[in-house]
Amino acid sequence: MLLGFLVVIAIAIVRLRNLVAVIMLTGIYSLHAALFFVALDAVDVAFTEAAVGAGISTVLMLATLGLVGHEESRPSSRAWLPLAVVLVTGGALVFATLDMPRFGDPDAPIHRHVAPRYIIDSPRETGLPNMVTSVLASYRGYDTLGETVVIFTAGVGVLLLLGGRRRDDEEQE
Amino acid sequence: MALSLYNYWIVIVLMMTGFYIVIRSTNLVKKIVGLNIFQTSVFILYISMGKVEGGTAPIVTDGATAYSNPLPHVLILTAIVVGVATTALGLTLVVRIKEAYGSVDEEAIQRQDREA
Repeated sequence: MLLGFLVVIAIAIVRLRNLVAVIMLTGIYSLHAALFFVALDAVDVAFTEAAVGAGISTVLMLATLGLVGHEESRPSSRAWLPLAVVLVTGGALVFATLDMPRFGDPDAPIHRHVAPRYIIDSPRETGLPNMVTSVLASYRGYDTLGETVVIFTAGVGVLLLLGGRRRDDEEQE
Repeated sequence: MALSLYNYWIVIVLMMTGFYIVIRSTNLVKKIVGLNIFQTSVFILYISMGKVEGGTAPIVTDGATAYSNPLPHVLILTAIVVGVATTALGLTLVVRIKEAYGSVDEEAIQRQDREA
């Protein structure tokens, strides 16, 4: 049901040419995805998606639109080639899902290896009831450090790209 | 059979919608929106695989018989945050392109490149 809504929103995004409306729909799309994550027991993911995906992304995109204008022009080329590429790729992916384990199957390979170790031992070893937190911050702490390095790099990149511009302007004056 | 794969098929539909926007739209901001849709569909794929029937959220509670798999959740938490970092960088590049070319439309940019 929620997934159906997601598809409807995604198709509306394809059809719309007003970019402000597109970005508002993107925010709604993220919120729907967050609701869906709650339904599938992924509460940590849901509140990150709601805060970061629906919140920060939307603000960033609106700020960009303020600088670049908000009407999309109609592409001059025909739609059939992209459509054909998408349909062929989609067909291949559907074919690949036929071998996937049943949805929610407790015996699927993904649940047999590594995961039981965390589910059974992590509350005792780290003293945290939330397994997602203990894997993120304790067992895989170095990965999270790497993640913050990525964010730092992106932040530096944004500052350099936008900050260099201001200096050029001053030199021209 | 068909119903058990419903989630994955919706993921593919969303993924292809995002892909279509990326290759069809000529507006750079909309291309980034397309990438975001694609990205979220991958999140949904991972979270769907982590679900266990009759399980609860992976937080220790009394009376819980099964927990959903916490590992995809951890991966996707990281992916969401990194995704926003890349979106921010992409949008900054769009702003710079707008300043250099006066347009964020791919066709107009290519026309200027050919003339130059």
